[in-house]
Amino acid sequence: MIFSVVIYSAPYTSESAANALRFSQAVVDNGHQIYRLFFFSDGVHNANKLAITPQDEQNLQVTWDSFIRSNKLDSVVCVSSALKRGIIGADEARNHDLDSQSLQASSNISGLGQLVDAHMKSDRVISFG
Amino acid sequence: MSLVLVKSVSPTKKTFTYLSRSAPYGSNRAQVCLDAALATAVFEQIVNYVFLDDGVYQLLKEQNADKIFTKTIGNAMETLELYGIQNIFIEENSLRERNLSIDDLAIKVKILSNKKLAELIDSSDSVINL
Repeated sequence: MIFSVVIYSAPYTSESAANALRFSQAVVDNGHQIYRLFFFSDGVHNANKLAITPQDEQNLQVTWDSFIRSNKLDSVVCVSSALKRGIIGADEARNHDLDSQSLQASSNISGLGQLVDAHMKSDRVISFG
Repeated sequence: MSLVLVKSVSPTKKTFTYLSRSAPYGSNRAQVCLDAALATAVFEQIVNYVFLDDGVYQLLKEQNADKIFTKTIGNAMETLELYGIQNIFIEENSLRERNLSIDDLAIKVKILSNKKLAELIDSSDSVINL
């Protein structure tokens, strides 16, 4: 079965971003396919590469990144949600004259059309948060 | 967490039903729901938009959110029609439970019974709950 997963919530505040990650891992582990991960609203914080966690806590952003890379997943961060929350890729940094970037390279910044497309192409779209 | 069921009918055109059930201010859910629905309309899908539970407060007349540094959601609702979304509904019980009537609302909407809402959900390919 083809799944897409939509993540609305930031890591650490509530459990739902971590649940989304564990659900996505279970989808892959059980031989299903993930068409797209879509980070929306506060969910874009999951794609921040500048987060540092204490040694005895899991860094959810790093865990997402390695999960996305190892499974070669399509991971999209909503542009309007991302920019106002400081999730900035190389292009945005250049366009807005900023001296740094924060987006994990495993995710791409794009628009809500990618969410509509995910609904079109997936058997199930599961939302968290 | 909410499960969104998708039935495949046509590969190019699907029916999306948005259930906007959060109050207009205090969280961004009302705005997120509206943004997603407008994007869906831009991509020429069939969109139903339903105001449910505290979501009915989004439609109250004469809102002004300037003092809480946010956009006035009531004004934004007019964009639904501008984007070609004609199926705008309000759930009957949600309105009555809050002692509101259709005259209190800023835009024209169709009243939907709970039973009709169930039918609408059943006939949709995707249901998005926010």
